[in-house]
Amino acid sequence: MTIAGFFFYVFSIVLLGSGAMVITARNPVHSVLFLILAFFNAAGLFILLGAEFLAMILVIVYVGAVAVLFLFVVMTLDIDFSELRAGTGSYLAVGLGIGLILLAELILMVGSFAVAPGAIQPIPAEQVTNAAAIGRVLYTKYVYFFELAGAVLLVAMIGTIVLTLRHRVGAKRQDVAEQVGRRRQDAIEVVKVQTGKGIF
Amino acid sequence: MPNTISPIEAATGIALQQFLTVAAILFTLGAFGIFLNRKNVIIILMSIELMLLAVNINLVSFSAYLNDITGQIYAMIVLTVAAAEAAIGLAIIVIYFRNRGSIAVDDINSMRG
Repeated sequence: MTIAGFFFYVFSIVLLGSGAMVITARNPVHSVLFLILAFFNAAGLFILLGAEFLAMILVIVYVGAVAVLFLFVVMTLDIDFSELRAGTGSYLAVGLGIGLILLAELILMVGSFAVAPGAIQPIPAEQVTNAAAIGRVLYTKYVYFFELAGAVLLVAMIGTIVLTLRHRVGAKRQDVAEQVGRRRQDAIEVVKVQTGKGIF
Repeated sequence: MPNTISPIEAATGIALQQFLTVAAILFTLGAFGIFLNRKNVIIILMSIELMLLAVNINLVSFSAYLNDITGQIYAMIVLTVAAAEAAIGLAIIVIYFRNRGSIAVDDINSMRG
């Protein structure tokens, strides 16, 4: 076995093992941590495939942003997760059956297909890095996809802010319009004070 | 005579089918996770992330074995959609928990007509 083959098995076994732990762990915090481990091992597989840029993006985006977001939500919400586990038994057999059928179909498909002759592109004469190769097509041929991805992220950002924004009743917050619209005659009053008497 | 052995397979000795099998098992784990954690929306979202990761492995391995960079572009698009989906999904979970005090999937039927 080559060294690449050895690392393929290491990354694959840890990836599948941590993937199994994600869905079976009792504590959701452990699920998120196993999800992070799965992402790291998938990044290792990407590096074996020569896609270094995507591997780094996977670590930065998934581990750095998505998994931390999951961890944040899991730790913020005060939920009794043991209660949520109860009563899944009736669907377990159905899920197991569907999962086995799906797996059998996918394995059969993977085992029986063959790459068409001529489908494998020739290696370009000019050797560039993976990031440069992606950049050359991402900003030219697929520039509309790139713009669309930006639009998707913008919509997601606005949607998330709109969903979670709330105006709590009774909270003291600054009202700029009221501050600016305040006039002198509303705020102060000139009173002639007589000697020896109070204002009221 | 067009070659049918990819250069990366000749270099590493790993067949394309091995990567596809790993991705297939990971996808099945994600699908099974939805059934296993039927009541917990957070674990269901994580299962969806696992399935998207399996799809990404498929795209990147075909991209590497066919010497075509397009698959990696698609994988980046999938990554973007996955990040957006996780953010929106978690926001929905947070506001649902704020309103109802629970995230059990069975309780999410208050919008039923």
